[in-house]
Amino acid sequence: MSDLSTRERVHPGSAPGEDFHLEIVGDGDFQTADMKLSIGPAHPATHGVFRIVLEMDGERVTGARPVIGYMHRGFEKLAEHRDYRQIKALVNRHDWLSGFSNELGVALAVERMMEMEVPDRAQWIRMLLAEWNRILNHLMFIGSYAIELGAITPMFYAFREREDIQHLLESATGGRLHFTYNQVGGLKIDLPKGFLRQSTELSALIRKRVPDYHDLVLGNDIFQARTVGVGPLPPEVALSLGVTGPTLHATGVPEDSRVTEPYLKYGEIDVDVPVGENGDSFDRFYCLLARISASLDIIDQIHDHLPAGPVNTKLPKMVKAPEGATYLRTENPLGQLGYWLESDGGRTPWRLKMRTPSFSNVQAIPYLLEGVLVPDAIAVLGSVFFVVGDIDR
Amino acid sequence: MGVMDQVELPKPVKYVFNWGRKYSLWCFNFGLACCAIEFIAASTSRHDFIRHGVIPFAHGPRQADLLVVSGTLTDKMAPAVKRLYEEMPEPKYVISFGSCANCGGPYWDSYSVTKGVDQIIPVDVYVPGCPPRPEALLDGIIALQDMIQKESLKERIAGRRLDPITLGADEPLPSDSSPALPSGGRAP
Ligand code: SF4
Repeated sequence: MSDLSTRERVHPGSAPGEDFHLEIVGDGDFQTADMKLSIGPAHPATHGVFRIVLEMDGERVTGARPVIGYMHRGFEKLAEHRDYRQIKALVNRHDWLSGFSNELGVALAVERMMEMEVPDRAQWIRMLLAEWNRILNHLMFIGSYAIELGAITPMFYAFREREDIQHLLESATGGRLHFTYNQVGGLKIDLPKGFLRQSTELSALIRKRVPDYHDLVLGNDIFQARTVGVGPLPPEVALSLGVTGPTLHATGVPEDSRVTEPYLKYGEIDVDVPVGENGDSFDRFYCLLARISASLDIIDQIHDHLPAGPVNTKLPKMVKAPEGATYLRTENPLGQLGYWLESDGGRTPWRLKMRTPSFSNVQAIPYLLEGVLVPDAIAVLGSVFFVVGDIDR
Repeated sequence: MGVMDQVELPKPVKYVFNWGRKYSLWCFNFGLACCAIEFIAASTSRHDFIRHGVIPFAHGPRQADLLVVSGTLTDKMAPAVKRLYEEMPEPKYVISFGSCANCGGPYWDSYSVTKGVDQIIPVDVYVPGCPPRPEALLDGIIALQDMIQKESLKERIAGRRLDPITLGADEPLPSDSSPALPSGGRAP
């Protein structure tokens, strides 16, 4: 039970431009009962089987508790029973929107443990496909976030682009969602003929279409009214909770392991990291959209740099990482992905610990939801971009 | 359904009735994992299963005729799926979309994954693949529509179902309405 007259907690910026003002009716004896509202695990607003329990005082959320584990598939344990070539078919499924980037992380970790030199061409191609994968991922969230706010059309635009990109990636890898294109020591096979031409054309096409999203979604009055000033996340809080990726960039912190700790060949090209100012839902969405253009810039640079040569190295019959451990981080579309790989010299890892971006990002949800109104809760929940499989592993 | 579950309709009426039912399937998507993305892809512009009469905007299980389970079912999630299935009104149909929903898929040896949705609810069409292509879902929908055309509503409501269909098994799809896809097939 909470007493209305003693309630002081007012969340800054819950309505654009002004603090929420609650007029007290009665003389203070008026009591309301706290209510618990369980959203999910099957609810359209939580995209996936994410469940959240909201404690509410009227329309206002006073506490939020995410309940995770509905998609726990036991990746870390299963990885101990797959050999190094099989793992990549497993790990590209934990964040199903960024399959390529996931398998890249494992391949890099194993290569580092085996002290393997990867051919230059393979490294550039890996970057190329990782950036395409990043765009694929962001397009999905652009569509789904708009749906959560009540606009269906952007989804169809986003999937028009996604189908084009998936068609391109399929021509090289054979997969639409899960590519399994990386190998320890390089890539499965070289790019098919004509891939680069198609990739160049597609990047020009998508660059032409990006302004549509700015007009259609970002510039939309209703979208702005629902998101500007809603759910601001201060940079200190974001950093202390381990939030990364676009959710962190929106707070103004340009931490991106492609820049701060370059892997592959990211050190040789310009990587632009778009940042926001206020860390609210609008900024988070803006960062996501701006990252598409940034990735297109990277893709264009890669087209100019791509060297000729082999794409894989000869592997021993049995890939065995030497005894030891390594931690490798890459910038996944949703944030920093880390793999802690520990080997006892056998055919399978002794332990594979994942640090997945979605898991860390949802830690911010209880903070963000405290004090917002229920309709805003949906706007906030959708703007902390996460994939449920990536939370639960 | 009133009288429908008590009388066997005369053949011509049954034909028209089933024809109407098979082209107005309100579909409830139980999107669980990666396969849900391919389900969404199948519902958007390029593949667009609305042209086959499947409407993906059911507001909930109570308004749906068709449940598509796409993705990995975990033991923690299983009670929720069963409950949603039970909320659907008869006659109801289930498509199991993807290897995970069929049999556990890549997590066949996992401690937390249910090895197939058919352990808790009956399935009418199995669509294999990890993830299946959107075209495979279209194929599955057409196979289901053929099944609806053939069946008797009375028997269905009484709980008697035709044998489930597994796409990609044995002989090709014997149907005039289906496109010539090499993967179409039917379980014995
Ligand atoms: S069948 Fe494959 S793609 Fe589908 S949910 Fe399972 S792992 Fe993901």
